[in-house]
This record gives sequence, C-alpha cells and structure tokens, in this order.
Amino acid sequence: MAAMQAVSRTRVSEVAPRQFWRHVAWRRFCANWGAVVAAVFLLVMYATAAGGPLLSRYSPNAVDIANTNAAPSAEHWLGTDESGRDVLARLIAGARTTMTVGLIAMIIAIVIGALVGSLAGYCGGWIDSVLMRFTDGMMAIPYFFLVLVAVAALGPSFHNIVVMIGLISWMVVARIVRGEVLRYRGVDFVLAAQAIGAKPARVLARHILPQAGPVLIVAATFGVANAILLESALSYLGLGIQPPQASWGNMLSNAQAYVWENPRLPIYPGVLILCTVLAYNFLGDALRDALDPRYREGNM
Amino acid sequence: MTAYLVRRTLQSVVLLWIVSVAVFVLIHTAPGGAAVLQNPDLSRDQIAQFRANLGLDAPLPVQYVRWLHGVLRGDFGRSYNTVEPVARLVETRLPNTLLLTGIALGLAVLLAIPLGVASATHRNTPIDRLVAVLSFLGISTPVFWLGIVLIVVCSVQFRILPAGGMYQIGEPFSVGDRVRHLLMPVFVLMTANLAEVTRYTRSAMIDALGEDYVRTARAKGLPGPAVLFRHALRNALIPVITIVGVYLPRAVSATAITETVFSWPGMGQLALQSAATRDYPVVLGTTLAIAVFAVAGSLLTDLAYGYADPRIRLG
Repeated sequence: MAAMQAVSRTRVSEVAPRQFWRHVAWRRFCANWGAVVAAVFLLVMYATAAGGPLLSRYSPNAVDIANTNAAPSAEHWLGTDESGRDVLARLIAGARTTMTVGLIAMIIAIVIGALVGSLAGYCGGWIDSVLMRFTDGMMAIPYFFLVLVAVAALGPSFHNIVVMIGLISWMVVARIVRGEVLRYRGVDFVLAAQAIGAKPARVLARHILPQAGPVLIVAATFGVANAILLESALSYLGLGIQPPQASWGNMLSNAQAYVWENPRLPIYPGVLILCTVLAYNFLGDALRDALDPRYREGNM
Repeated sequence: MTAYLVRRTLQSVVLLWIVSVAVFVLIHTAPGGAAVLQNPDLSRDQIAQFRANLGLDAPLPVQYVRWLHGVLRGDFGRSYNTVEPVARLVETRLPNTLLLTGIALGLAVLLAIPLGVASATHRNTPIDRLVAVLSFLGISTPVFWLGIVLIVVCSVQFRILPAGGMYQIGEPFSVGDRVRHLLMPVFVLMTANLAEVTRYTRSAMIDALGEDYVRTARAKGLPGPAVLFRHALRNALIPVITIVGVYLPRAVSATAITETVFSWPGMGQLALQSAATRDYPVVLGTTLAIAVFAVAGSLLTDLAYGYADPRIRLG
C-alpha cells in the first residue's frame, strides 16, 4: 500500500498516466479474489443466458402432466415443477430474462441520470434547483408503489417492466454526475476547452463526463444488482414478467404456491438471484476500491 | 425554526399532491379499467350504469376535483370490490403494519449500531470481515425469498411456526399466538434493513474515530468506552440518522413484500391487492397514506438531524 501511494505521487511526471492508472486499477482489482470469483460467476451467467435453449434438452415451457414435482434424476437434473416442466430449463430461460432486464434497466437509468445530472451541474441556477428538487422528490416517494401503480395501469409486459425499473433508478446516478460536473466545471482543462469555443455539449461529453467514468461504472454495477432485485420482487408479486415466460422471480411465486407438495422448488431460483446480486455487489465494491480515488484508503 | 417547519410542511404537501395527481392520472388512463367492470356477466348497459354510478363517465379533471374535494373533507371514497369506505379499510390495516414495521425497524437499528461500532473499532479483523460478509449477504438476499425459505424450514419441515396470517382462526386472542405469527415476518423485515444501517454506522464511526476531538479525549485520559460512546458514537449517529431517512421509502417496499409473503393483513398487502384488481379508490387511498408516512418520516429525520447536531441550522 505504502509503495503504491509513493508511486501515485509521481503520477504527474509519468509519460502515459492514463495507461499507468489502468494498470494500477487492474492490479488492485485482481488482488481482490472475491471480486475475481464474482466476475467469473457473472460471465458464466451471461454465457448461460446467451446459450439459453442450446444448453437444455427440454423446452422451458413443455408441460408433462404425468411427471409433476419429480425429484432430481438423470433425465431432469433438478427435477420438475408443479406442471412437470424441467426446472433446469426454466432456470436457464429465467437467466436470460433476468440478466437482460438488469442490464437494459441499468442503461436507461444511467442515460437519464447522466442527462439530468450534467444539465443540473453545468447550467446551475434555477435549472439546477428545479432538477435537484425533482430528484429529491423522486427519492422521497416510496417508488415501489409508483411502479406498482404504473405496472397495474400499463400492463406487465417485458419492456414496460424494463422501462419502469429504469425510470425509478436514475436518481443516485444524477446526483453522482452532478457532483462530478461541479467538481470539474472550474478546472483548467475545461476552461481551456471553453476558451477555444467548444460548445457546452462538447465540453460535457468530451471533457467532463469521461472524468466521471469510473464513478459511473461503479454506480452502474450496483444499479444492475438493484434492478435484478426489483425485477424479481415485481415478478414474484405477479406484476413483473408474466408466466409462462420464466423469470427467477415468477418461478418463486409458483414455488411458494406449491411449497407443501414440493419444498425443493423455491431453493434454486432464490439461490441464483442471491448469487447474482451478491456477485454484482462484490464487483461494485471492488471496482470502487480499484477505480475511485476517494475510496483508496479502504475505509468504506 | 418555525419558518423552516412551515416551509418543509408546505413542500411535503406539494409533493403529496403531485403524487396523488400522478397516481390518479396513471390508473385512470390505463387501458381496461377497473376489474369490477370486466365482469363478463354484465351487459353493456349495466356496465355503463355502473360507470355512471361510480362517476367514471365524467372527464378526468372533473373526477380528480371530485376526489380531491372528498379527500379534503376526509372522504376517500369506497372500495369498488367490497363497497367498504377506504378510510375504514386503511384504519383497520394501518395498526397491523405499524406493529410489524415498528418492531422490525426498531430491532434492526438496535442491532445495527453495536454491529457497526464493533466492526469499526475492530477494523480489518475477523470480526469486521464477518460483519462485512453478513451485510453483503443481507443487501443481496431477496426479501421474499428469505421469507419463503423460512416458511419451508419452520412451517413445512418442522411445523413449529404458522406459515402466514396474523392469528389462528377460531382461537381467542392471545399474546403468545400473536408473537408466533410475528416471529418470521419481523425477522425477514429486520434482516432486510439491518445490513444497510450497519454499513453506514461502520463508515460513520470510522470517520468519527479519526477526528481530532477523539484524539483529544484519548489524550486527556478518558477511558476507552467513554471516548467511544460519548464522543465518537454521538457524532457518528448524525449521518446514520440521515441515511435512515433516505432509506425509508425502500423500507416501505420491503414491508409490502414481507406482508404479501406472510399474508399479513397490512397496508402493503392492501395496496398490492387493490393495484392488481384496479380498485381505484383503494389504490389512491393506500398510496397516499403510505406516501404521507414516508414524507413525514423524512421530515422527522431532518428534524432529528438538526436536534442531534446543533451546528446544523435548519432554515
């Protein structure tokens, strides 16, 4: 640690500081074995989601009334559910749904958050106060009920869910981006860019927002974790992804209905949600340690 | 101070009004409409008659003004499904939710503060790592899944606790019975809130322990616990209070999910059911009641913040 700090003080004289930092960040990240395990786990999950139907002999929605609630066997590795559907095939199909929802919802949240945050931070004045009061207001509302009402009203289709989750998750990003914009607004390289006549949009996009990159990556990682939790909660409540399309959340709500007949059923989707969210949180934490200079001392 | 209170209250009222408009517009512009009107046994004329009776044939702004007019006189309308007044529905459900949330949040804070302090004072020791791993597990576990697992273990396998509800049907009220029904939901809801508060207590405590006044207190020879609790913890609690305020809206969602898992007859469950059947007056009433609590909660935490730290001038 001491050696690394000594190195970091000489950063200014480095020839290629950006490359150097990438190197340091990468080394810091790899030193954290928990995060490496998490990253590998997530890669496997995404590969599974992408491979999807190729990975199982069974269709996730194929009903087999003669073979319901079967125990794990050579044919059905994880058994079958209350309609005789192969649990493993449904888990794989669910991985595709859940991982996609998490990613897209996070992208929506980042885009809105970055727009609101940079507008507020760059323009300042009344635009700033209006946008930030709005952000605070959104944070103060029990957003879960807004989603609930919206989903009940607009209907629980796949992209309604994704958009809704994105629309209620941008506030933290907006605050972070605003903070970063304020930090860099008066810095020399930004003033220089403004002096040679760069338009505000260019100054923001080319000079200020890239500085916020590391912080955004960290926020995005935690964002995916939250989006996945939210999606599974909504699907569990019957307001998210609708059956027969499998999602880990709606598999759990079925599982609870048949818990007396087949107590094994709730274990698998729950463990997968837990591990995926845990992996994202671990990853976010490690990325924050590796990328964000304010957490370098390791006090969070 | 009074000016601040007045301004914050006004802001809260405006926020609540915006919430009510948003919810109102959202549910009424929904395709399909209330579930009671979807009954296939009704003829077209009967449905039109129903709509007229419920006032649903008026233009949206008129409907909103009528609703608001009622609300200002304390009349929240009647449920489409059960024809009960919304106010009475909320009145019967609210105490159940307050009982559950009060115990769970209270326990969460009582446990989180010692855990966070222990973790901060034993930084980078096995205790700290254990607490860190546990809080990571805590924030990553889906609330409803923890509930289902508990039901599988305690109710299905060992049959020691009831799987849901608030009392044993057909038996007279007894404290023991209520406690047995409360155990699992309280545990789930407490776990859902514990991790976050612990993490913030830890980092606030670490910040406070690095401050000059702690060094001064140590230098003048105060015993360790006095430094820890009278000097460091009191200051560390200030940011923790804010976090609890910011965190309230999320606690509301966790409560709603917990109530659903354990069929606890509370506000959250009522809101979920009414949203699913598009029982408009109940959706509006419950959402508003929940929003009032969340907004009041955040106002109270801000006041507590000013009280705990005299340097902060509310104004």
